[in-house]
Amino acid sequence: MTAEINIQSGRKAGDGAAVLEVENLTVEFPTEDGVVQAVRGVSYRLAPGEAMGIVGESGSGKSVTSMAIMGLLPKTARISGSVRFRGEELLGRSENEYAAVRGKKIAMIFQDPLTSLNPVYTVGRQIAEAILAHNDVSKKAAMDRAVELLATVGIPFPEQRANNYPHEMSGGMRQRVVIAIAMANDPDVIIADEPTTALDVTVQAQVLEALEAARAATGAALVLITHDLGVIAGHADRICVMYAGKLVEKGTVDQVFYEPRMPYTLGLLGSLPRLDEGGRERLTPIVGSPPSLMNLPPGCPFTPRCPLAQPVCEEREPDLYATDAPAHLSACHFHEKLVGVSAAQLFRPTSVDTEGVTPRDLEVQQ
Amino acid sequence: MSEIRASSVTPGTPQPTSPTGAAEREFTVKERSQFQQAVRRFLRHRLAVASLVVFILIVLLAFVGPLLWKYTYTDITPDNSQPPSLAHPFGTDSLGHDGFAQVLRGLQQSVKVALCIALVASTLGVVWGGISGYYKGLADSVLMRFADLVLTIPAIALAAALGSTGGGTWWMIALILGGLSAPLVARAVRGVVLSLREQEFVEAARALGASDTRIILRHLVPNAFAVVIVYATLLVASGILAETALSYIGFGVHSPDTSLGLLISQAQSAVQTRPWLFYFPGLFIILIALTVNFIGDGLRDALDPRQTRQRR
Amino acid sequence: MTAANVAEPAVSAGREPVLAVRDLVKHFPVRSRGLIRRRVGDVHAVCGVSFDLFGNETLGLVGESGCGKTTTGRLLLNLIKATSGEVRYDGRNLVDLSPSQMRPLRRDLQIVFQDPFASLDPRMTINEIVAEPLQIHGLYGSRTQGRDKVRELLRMVGLNPEHGNRYAHEFSGGQRQRIGIARALALRPKALVLDEPVSALDVSIQAGVINLLEDLQDELGLSYLFISHDLSVVRHIADRVAVMYLGRIVEIAEKEQLFTKAAHPYTQALISAIPLPDPRKERSRQRITLTGDVPSPVDPPSGCRFRSRCPKFANELTDAERQKCVDEVPALIDRGQGHASACHYAEALKLV
Repeated sequence: MTAEINIQSGRKAGDGAAVLEVENLTVEFPTEDGVVQAVRGVSYRLAPGEAMGIVGESGSGKSVTSMAIMGLLPKTARISGSVRFRGEELLGRSENEYAAVRGKKIAMIFQDPLTSLNPVYTVGRQIAEAILAHNDVSKKAAMDRAVELLATVGIPFPEQRANNYPHEMSGGMRQRVVIAIAMANDPDVIIADEPTTALDVTVQAQVLEALEAARAATGAALVLITHDLGVIAGHADRICVMYAGKLVEKGTVDQVFYEPRMPYTLGLLGSLPRLDEGGRERLTPIVGSPPSLMNLPPGCPFTPRCPLAQPVCEEREPDLYATDAPAHLSACHFHEKLVGVSAAQLFRPTSVDTEGVTPRDLEVQQ
Repeated sequence: MSEIRASSVTPGTPQPTSPTGAAEREFTVKERSQFQQAVRRFLRHRLAVASLVVFILIVLLAFVGPLLWKYTYTDITPDNSQPPSLAHPFGTDSLGHDGFAQVLRGLQQSVKVALCIALVASTLGVVWGGISGYYKGLADSVLMRFADLVLTIPAIALAAALGSTGGGTWWMIALILGGLSAPLVARAVRGVVLSLREQEFVEAARALGASDTRIILRHLVPNAFAVVIVYATLLVASGILAETALSYIGFGVHSPDTSLGLLISQAQSAVQTRPWLFYFPGLFIILIALTVNFIGDGLRDALDPRQTRQRR
Repeated sequence: MTAANVAEPAVSAGREPVLAVRDLVKHFPVRSRGLIRRRVGDVHAVCGVSFDLFGNETLGLVGESGCGKTTTGRLLLNLIKATSGEVRYDGRNLVDLSPSQMRPLRRDLQIVFQDPFASLDPRMTINEIVAEPLQIHGLYGSRTQGRDKVRELLRMVGLNPEHGNRYAHEFSGGQRQRIGIARALALRPKALVLDEPVSALDVSIQAGVINLLEDLQDELGLSYLFISHDLSVVRHIADRVAVMYLGRIVEIAEKEQLFTKAAHPYTQALISAIPLPDPRKERSRQRITLTGDVPSPVDPPSGCRFRSRCPKFANELTDAERQKCVDEVPALIDRGQGHASACHYAEALKLV
């Protein structure tokens, strides 16, 4: 982990303070059956105004990370590490102290807009409430600002729409209201957790456009959490790939999409059917399935699914190593071996159920 | 069905050299495995197992006990108003009836009534609710309105009225109480069937060409079973209590025959002076109600293959 | 309405379709609440859909939620009764058949469902689930024969037959979807309706299932109606693609045609809205963003149903041209783009 921090601070030294710094964040949930290590030492720095994507499959810990940052995890969660907003530590704050930051400085957008909107108030009033909670303005001014915000996120007829209740709106419209609430207090950071997953593609495009508008209007930095690599490609400057509670690759979107240095990232890209490629080339699924986050064995958690795995991978978990490009980090002992390698060269285009097997089993069979 | 392609061989597990041999083994395991798994899951539920043992002992006591005990419930012994002793473990009443013999007979009657209520109510309720939920529409409306109507009838009052004219035989009471409880089961089953029939696996069965009968018997009934079991056990418990209540107010089982409820009612005036007459039947009522509920709990979990959690 | 119902485009001429769908209509009644439930309107779920499904081909049926694609799939298998129209299979119109007349045909036409968790009976073992179609159609045979068939089917979908005694909940989503496929294949069907078969799966798992579907098609000569909202998957797996909007097919074409020369504004918007996992392409792409929401299918717009959200209608057309969109349902015909689209002012556009 130290290697990464050095590089990060070296690169960031010039542009001053990061708006959000997460350092060695660890989240554990004690359960009846054992301790679930949901997040295992996540570190990143978010520069002002920058858009960073966090990508990972279900259960990789990407949502838990942001919930921990927002102080929204249940009391049973054991959180350690450090989360600093403009240099101020957030972890360990009381609920009241957190409330001063939450919504005002850091805003969050969830997957399901219905759960974040109150069904018994009009959306205009809910936006106004968000403004009044952190600002000393008149109700009238807050309502006017609410209508303005609705217009910003692309809602037609904002004056009328402000008087609608959440159930009178479509899913895409509701999500845009949530974005309007998020930007109401001119936050420095917006964390969007799967903001478009439940939506149709054309609606997703509208919502992403609204999110861009919100960023443009507030100048906020964005943490975009999603499983959709396409969404990240178009809306983030940097990307973190998460696997089994850890960041396994970080870099600019171009670096990570065009020259992935972690086998998992390469595998994800290879298993995606492409809209821009017509052929019926075989897709390359990643064999095996993600590990249980309870009782993780030592070593790299991707080892059982990794075609590059060597004995050392089972013994020692790799740090985030610097690769050939600056600020492009990979948690793989053998990241050099991935230079110029395509997914099809590394992964087998198999069609059998591979969720219970390892790459070696496949080789034996074929 | 021929071997389709090389890659369709599942990796990771060595393919058996003699597929038939393996198949034999696997399917003979399977044959008993459903039932065995359910038994295994039930045995994990310790409270349920203990309850089952106690319940079986109670039933044995009720039906075999009277044959072995030296007194019958009609015998009048020379000892009257005796506290519990070796000769009369549950004491005697003022007429000299042996308390233990009376409790045994009462137990027998009460258990018969309760099981009968549960059986009548759940059978009727499953058919009633099943038809209502599966066919929906007019049939559903009619059946459910009728269920509402039946539920407005005060069960105890009706059983009292009919039971007293019909001579108060135990099966009469059981039929009436069972019939009046059936709408409760019917409503619950209807709810379950309504949601089940919209499930994709039911649609899948339909797409495979399954008949209504097959869908009901193979898919809906097993999935609705948990609900029925819970209701049936609740009904046994409430059946015991209903019989007790009826006999207590004097419309259930009549003297010289007896039941747990009747015994309690007869003993109420003597709670202070001869408490044993009151507390022994009461103890058995509580025991039956409790054990049956725990058994139901265990059964419900045992019959659900998704239930994997270890229970204490 | 009849204007939209045109026969299959010329591309398909000469081949005999496995399934021929003509003018399929499904209206669901909307009823008032209360004891007497009056019919207060209709949901126009599917309105005059026509297409052919040929042997050994994959027809992608794409559209957003509520466009009627899933209903169309169910109508094809007669799982819900069509209001009118025809589904021709083997010289018979399935729409007219009773459940018992339909039963033997179910051997040839099967379906794989979207939700791998809801589509398998939680109280049956995998062996029982896969054996069920064989038992229904009297193909299970003796116990030895039956169990061998089940094992073979599990092996065919890449599952370990040793796991047949387990229950569905013991498997992951991808494995369950394979079980659903094995069940559908048990009767050796000719055509499969695949209703969003990979939408619920994580990408790394999804790829394996897609590969499996392709293999099975190649080896068994299956025809697929692949229903999906995910154009990327459809582009990967389909031979031809039909795009649905609000109960109608708005464009149908060979895959390459559709993705390189999309002619209907809705298809164009749909293609341009899909994010590409390629940062450079993504930055330089032309986006067509739609405004507003899908209108209610209870009261769809007159004429062209897409006009309420159509960027062309809003920005490019003259008032006289717009009038045509309002008055006249655009027919699904070739207007010079090489394939059929239901837009009066169709223009081919390359978006990826």
